[in-house]
Amino acid sequence: MPPVRRTFQLAVVGTAAGAFAGVFGVGGGIVIVPLLIVWLGYEEREATGTSLAAIVVISSFTAGLQALYGNVDWARGALIGIPAMAGAVIGTWLQQRVPVHWISLGFAALLVAIAISLVV
Amino acid sequence: MAAELGVIAVGVAAGILSGMLGVGGGTLFAPGLVIFLGATQLHAEATSLVAIVPTALVGAWRQQRYGNLRRSEGIELGALAAGGGIAGVAIANTVPEQVLRWTFAAFILFVAAQLVRRELRGSGGPIERGELG
Repeated sequence: MPPVRRTFQLAVVGTAAGAFAGVFGVGGGIVIVPLLIVWLGYEEREATGTSLAAIVVISSFTAGLQALYGNVDWARGALIGIPAMAGAVIGTWLQQRVPVHWISLGFAALLVAIAISLVV
Repeated sequence: MAAELGVIAVGVAAGILSGMLGVGGGTLFAPGLVIFLGATQLHAEATSLVAIVPTALVGAWRQQRYGNLRRSEGIELGALAAGGGIAGVAIANTVPEQVLRWTFAAFILFVAAQLVRRELRGSGGPIERGELG
């Protein structure tokens, strides 16, 4: 695949991920992972790994922008982010060893419940 | 104090899901901060972005050890997200709080649908293994 085309694809995926990150305060993995697999020919685990590297850059940048707007609560960020670091070590370890299907489906159900609780 | 413990638990759970599924950090951080600490949607999202940095950093580091990381392409992808990020943050700071919260709820429903779809058609997923009949 010509490098220019690949860079264009990465720019499209990146722009979409950046927009999701900025609007919703997420990393953008939900758009990055499927696009890397379907459009750039990544294998699934490789897509999740590379997505995490991109998310480090994207979230650093968008967190910096939000800080300029004065919206960041650093203490609360640490309160939730530091335990999450431990969780991420456990999660990547589990990913190599257990099937993720039921966890995926359980997580989906949890998200539906959260969505309901946010709007009622 | 109970609220803080709830937030810590959300943090651990979000980290595990993030490591396992490649998504999940941000979709849980922001609601955790809204539900347990009464943050506004905008402040919760901004703070969520800060929490995502170390979470994704740890996840990426672990995935590199497992050989699942194309680092230069990941960084290139992240750098090319700058324009979208600037636009997205500007939008989040422009729309009313209620609209942002409802849109976020719609977004996580979309995430849930994506997860289910991925499971139903994924290689070696429940259908291939005959678990769904």
